[in-house]
Amino acid sequence: MSTQPKTQSTAELISAESRAGIDRWIAKYPPEQRQAAVMAALSIVQEQNGGWLSTALMDAVAEYLNMPPIAVYEVATFYSMYELEPVGRHKICVCTNISCMLCGSGGIVEHLQNTLGIKLGETTADGKYTLKEVECLGACVGAPMLQIGKQYYEHLTPEKVDEILSKLE
Amino acid sequence: MSAKPETTNAPPAADTVTIEIDGRPLTARKGTMVIQVADENGIYIPRFCYHKKLSVAANCRMCLVDVEKAPKPLPACATPVAEGMKIFTQSAVTKTAQRGVMEFLLINHPLDCPICDQGGECELQDLAVGYGGDISRFQETKRIVKDKNLGSLIATDMTRCIHCTRCVRFGQEIAGVMELGATGRGEHMRIGTYLEHSVDSELSGNAIDLCPVGALTSKPFRYTARPWELINHESVSPHDCVGANLIVQTRENKVMRVLPRENEAINETWIADRDRFSYQGLNSADRLRVPMIRVKGEWQETDWTSALEFAVSGLRYVIDNHGAGEIGALAAPHCTLEEFYLLQKLMRGLGSGNVDHRLRQIDFSDDAHMPVFPWLGRSIEELEDLQAALLIGSNVRKDQPLLGLRLRKAHARGAAVMAINPVDYEFSYALAQKVIATPNGMLAALGGVVKALAALKGTSLPGEAEALLAGVSPGETERAMAETLAAKDNAAVLLGPYAAAHPQSATVRVLAQLIAELGGAGLGYLPAANSVGAWFAGCVPHRGLAGAATGTTGRDAFAMIKEPVKAYVLLGVEPELDTLDGGRTRAAMAGADFVVMMTPFKPGSGTDLCLDCANVLLPMAPFTETAGTFVNGEGRLQRFNGVAAPLGETRPGWKILRVLGTLCELEGFAYDTIDEVRAELDDAAAVTPSADLTGKVFAKQLGGKEVDLARVAEVPLYAVDGIVRRAPALQRTVDTPEAGAYLNAAEAAKLGLNDGDRVRVRMIEGDAEVPLVIDARIPDGSVWVPAGYRETSALGAQGPATVSKI
Repeated sequence: MSTQPKTQSTAELISAESRAGIDRWIAKYPPEQRQAAVMAALSIVQEQNGGWLSTALMDAVAEYLNMPPIAVYEVATFYSMYELEPVGRHKICVCTNISCMLCGSGGIVEHLQNTLGIKLGETTADGKYTLKEVECLGACVGAPMLQIGKQYYEHLTPEKVDEILSKLE
Repeated sequence: MSAKPETTNAPPAADTVTIEIDGRPLTARKGTMVIQVADENGIYIPRFCYHKKLSVAANCRMCLVDVEKAPKPLPACATPVAEGMKIFTQSAVTKTAQRGVMEFLLINHPLDCPICDQGGECELQDLAVGYGGDISRFQETKRIVKDKNLGSLIATDMTRCIHCTRCVRFGQEIAGVMELGATGRGEHMRIGTYLEHSVDSELSGNAIDLCPVGALTSKPFRYTARPWELINHESVSPHDCVGANLIVQTRENKVMRVLPRENEAINETWIADRDRFSYQGLNSADRLRVPMIRVKGEWQETDWTSALEFAVSGLRYVIDNHGAGEIGALAAPHCTLEEFYLLQKLMRGLGSGNVDHRLRQIDFSDDAHMPVFPWLGRSIEELEDLQAALLIGSNVRKDQPLLGLRLRKAHARGAAVMAINPVDYEFSYALAQKVIATPNGMLAALGGVVKALAALKGTSLPGEAEALLAGVSPGETERAMAETLAAKDNAAVLLGPYAAAHPQSATVRVLAQLIAELGGAGLGYLPAANSVGAWFAGCVPHRGLAGAATGTTGRDAFAMIKEPVKAYVLLGVEPELDTLDGGRTRAAMAGADFVVMMTPFKPGSGTDLCLDCANVLLPMAPFTETAGTFVNGEGRLQRFNGVAAPLGETRPGWKILRVLGTLCELEGFAYDTIDEVRAELDDAAAVTPSADLTGKVFAKQLGGKEVDLARVAEVPLYAVDGIVRRAPALQRTVDTPEAGAYLNAAEAAKLGLNDGDRVRVRMIEGDAEVPLVIDARIPDGSVWVPAGYRETSALGAQGPATVSKI
């Protein structure tokens, strides 16, 4: 008989509002394929948690969608939009894929690093900014580009970057 | 992980296509993959991620083959055959593609075969010889991945992982518990558990076989031998009623490792961890090497002749002074068919019918009505076709892991699996219905199902059954169980180990029989180890070979303990651990005039009982050192030979019993070979298999006296026999729960106890001092205390218990 410790139910970590959001996604799939909602569910709880996913929250999603926890970790570690550690208030995601690279994303990254005083993957000491390198965001036509929150900023120049930063709270 | 390969049973002609592989015209069933057709026809295509029992992942790309008219090579594992398809497995295109894949695989795979435990049996190493270049064009550094601690069974070298995901798919699709996964992406992808914890599946060792490289290897075997030093022998596992087919590998007469031997009808390509790692027990320091006798309280080593003469004179003394009825024999259920047969022949020859193997049963009141042998009632493969199964007192996933797999497959095909159990065991799928109750509560639930079925079918019950179940009214769950059983054509009622150990097991059986009859289901048993063989051989007090009448009925296993006899002959039994009632067994042995133990292990070293009770210790060979036969749960007779010479002075059990018989001057013990023993068994082999009871006896009342707290005794899977109890790696897994008193939170609160408190469990028969464990799976009114442990062996088998803080 296994004495694997029974983990406490974690599903209550998901707020009622998030739950309603997840349920809307679950409703889009056949009932036996609840887990199809995993990506949306992770995005929703990440937002609820101030931009990052704790292990407990991933477990909560696993329990809510009736999936093995490891299957949720697989998804959360695969996609770059999920954060597994706390991030700054503004997560600056700079694309460095081929189109952006050819159009000078290297200079944008360097400018951001110098301005904010952090390297890619780091967060400023005041917790305001996190700088992140991401794969193609599908806006090659506006390369080089970056994403902050739900907003895309395209045709970047160092000056334009300064302007964007100055408008952030 | 999509497209599951179709299994290739005899293809209906209309469904076939004709293809050509390397110029050979072949017929294949539509929907099968190229690699399957190639495998079936003996054409080898290299592969890492493809495995016939797992879904197709097509991620290693090693099986790329050249297909006519295809613009580029296609993966043979994920390319379905099509009419007229021409495949070239040896063409330049194929070879170039496969060489390219190999070069990619070797970019990150360390070239450290000399220090890798997989060396010599590594698919990557083998294929690198055929497909790898001799010089790497890759100048950059290799990826380094931290090793994981996956528990006591699986060792990891994750740098060697080539991401075939076989281990992940095994957990997900076969074992039913996804414990390993692939986290991260691209260069950063890792196979592991993400959070550090052990891999706890009872089948986890199969991942070691599946791993095509040295990423997952066997922890106990690691660095002890190279595969080319090992000699392969065929054998059969003794630990449960599956009779899994094994390859036992030896070096210099020592068992080094155990692997599965494919047998689609029994264990497919898998074995349970218990089958795989129990061999450690065979090499235990506890092994008894020479015969020993106790003279005036002192143990002394001796030779076989003196030991056997001592044994015979001791038994003779008891027979002369107290009569033959005062000797009794107990056999452990994992002994061989031949040993069971000769033991009962010896006992009956001496004039005693006291012979039994049912050491973990208490209620024998329906012995007269038992089938010739209680068995599964169907073949192991047929379990997969069940549409409904009612498990009674069974944790099938852990008790018989490979039968658990079959039921899991049935569930995946839509079967409703239901359970009436003393503990809310974890299944790898959702049970359709379950009742988790005390021993008495289980009877009430069974009665409820009987009544619900009778109402559903509009039939009346036999008068005695009606009287017995007068106070029972079916609840919603029982009615749902009844409806499911009645609605499904192919249903089974399966009695597990706890159904046998239940204090009123005859009532459990008769109610199960009624449920089966009323619900149109088949009755079946999940018997212990080789107990089908024991029944068949006549190792029961009331019947001889193949159920033959014996004239006199001896005492059953529990009666021999409750009303002790003067002398015992123990075959492979460790009395306090192999019986449920260790306390009383200990007392019975201590009170006896003479005890002969035939055992592979020294008592007293691993278990502290019998050294002061036994008079003779005869070193008996375990299954790896003797020829024998195991009869599995489906009644399949499997013969095997020893894989190693007996250790020290150890002798095969059948030879010891043969000489004992001869020395006792009994007729019919002059066997020269084991085949002569088998010939006597063969003559009786035509038995009509039916698992049904031949008659029904009903107790006067349903269940025992109501108690506040009933002890539930159950033997954890790694405590079932002396071999596994001595396998250290298995003892360190989560499936070896600590010896404790397990209560649910409510019951513990009632008693004012907290998790971890030292408590005294007190029963009429004896006490145990153990920690308290809060466990939500235990129902109200029960305290679960594992049996087969030294710490709890003084407790009685079943009955009222009190738990109090020390």
